[in-house]
Amino acid sequence: MREDFPLLEIDGITKIFGGLKALDDVSFTIRAGEITGIIGPNGAGKTTLFNIVTGIYSPTSGKVFYEGKDITGFPPEKLAGLSMVRTFQGIELFGRMTVLENVMVGLHTRSRSGIIASAFKLPGHVREERRIRERAASWLEFAGLADLANTEAANLPFGKGRLLEIARAMALEPHIILMDEPAAGLNSRETSDLADLIKKIKDSGITVALVEHDMALVMEICNRIVVLDLGHKLAEGSPREIQEDEKVITAYLGED
Amino acid sequence: MKKELLKFLLFTTVILIAPVFLGSGYLMNVLVFVGIFTILAVALNLLLGLAGQISLGQAAFFGLGAYISGVLTATHALDPWLSMVIAIVAVGIIAFILGFPILKLKGHYLAMATLGMGIIVYIIFNETIDITGGPSGLSGIPHLSLGGIIFNSDIKNYYLVWFFAVMIILLSVNLTSSRIGRALRAIHDSEVAARIMGVNARLLKVQIFSISGVISALAGSLYAHTVTFISPTSFGFNVSIELLTMVIIGGLGSIYGSFLGAAILTLLPEFFRTFQDYDIIVYGLTLVVITMFMPGGLVRGVPLLFRSLFKKESMPQSNGKSG
Repeated sequence: MREDFPLLEIDGITKIFGGLKALDDVSFTIRAGEITGIIGPNGAGKTTLFNIVTGIYSPTSGKVFYEGKDITGFPPEKLAGLSMVRTFQGIELFGRMTVLENVMVGLHTRSRSGIIASAFKLPGHVREERRIRERAASWLEFAGLADLANTEAANLPFGKGRLLEIARAMALEPHIILMDEPAAGLNSRETSDLADLIKKIKDSGITVALVEHDMALVMEICNRIVVLDLGHKLAEGSPREIQEDEKVITAYLGED
Repeated sequence: MKKELLKFLLFTTVILIAPVFLGSGYLMNVLVFVGIFTILAVALNLLLGLAGQISLGQAAFFGLGAYISGVLTATHALDPWLSMVIAIVAVGIIAFILGFPILKLKGHYLAMATLGMGIIVYIIFNETIDITGGPSGLSGIPHLSLGGIIFNSDIKNYYLVWFFAVMIILLSVNLTSSRIGRALRAIHDSEVAARIMGVNARLLKVQIFSISGVISALAGSLYAHTVTFISPTSFGFNVSIELLTMVIIGGLGSIYGSFLGAAILTLLPEFFRTFQDYDIIVYGLTLVVITMFMPGGLVRGVPLLFRSLFKKESMPQSNGKSG
């Protein structure tokens, strides 16, 4: 993939919830091949922004462009078909399915078999199933979960669950992966494993956007950072620029 | 994969040779109904156990299948097989169209909407007297026949009905473990995550609702042609609740569990005739007890019970979430 071109453009997004402006005319771009961090105090509108980009909410006004195409209001399943995927703050696993099966669902857009082919086990379907299983197993390997393949996802420890969510998202072979607070609830060792995994994802040519509260993690892995505060974009720049930005320091530490 | 095939072959063998041991008395007649209710319970299980979408109106599709087949043959003298195909296709289309608005709803609202659907269809059976014969029923429905064999005895109907039941079980087991089955189970566990993974949840839910309707219509058509007389009471609210109880007793998502549930709920009343008028109470109690003590149903609950009885040293993992 050609790097540095704008993969995702957020253009004047406003979202109003019953009179409350959660986002107010927010614009920025996420460039291909980079890790972009979106930070800000609680209530800044970070998760709302992710929900708009990934089709869970529609914006009140403004547009989202992805790979040069207007995707405003596209439902999540359509965005998955365009190779956009996300993970959730509270991890959303398929609890009663095995770890391997969870990742196999991640290959949904990369396979075709319909209801008839599945019910009658047509030859094409059988071959495809084998391929799905092999691909899913290799993504478990990638995330270091291979030995847990047959565990029911609901029985995973939290940290492993987060890795599974990432493995499942990667199985979709996305162009961009949006992660909502991937380090939340992880201990320091798990967080450093996560940092390595995110860097590995970026190195494989996939664009990463993450909402995160863990400043050490954000400063370590992000190429660019966008700061939101009370629904406005406060600042944008490299980790160094952000650390030295007066407005950002004030927003985080309070005035006077 | 191999284990699944072995289970299926064993099941089919038992079904094939069962009449040899059970003779052709009254029990054969009951086993025909076990077959019909197995088909119905599997149909509901695909919707409820797999996709997590409740329906309290399954009897509507069962009844529509029976009435379309019955009216076309008894009143219009159409070929029984042809009328069966028409019934199945028609119910498939009806369920598909109804599915779009109904499956927008979730949880209790979905339960209420499907309940309403069941009641409306039941009223239609009762009130369109010119077509259905109303409360006094529709008689003179011909038996199915194939190459000179007329399915007019219990033993013949047994093999007819169980041929379809075994087929439906095989196709449903295949579907459960496939790409589509995983997508349905994913919707059950987290619809939003399933959609993020590219599963068109809206459409898939309507499709499985329609398939569930088609299978129920097949059971209805088989019912009409084996019993040769139908009346609205066979397709009322009680039947929908009975089907729900069968699926939950057997275990949500377990296809063979649906057979077990259908067998237990069809056979037990035959042995406990005194309960006849209180059957809805027995269903209610069974539902409460099973959901409280064996939320995974009998198929998952009994092995767990045995494990906890015989292996006291290792605590069994109770599967409390699959209720």
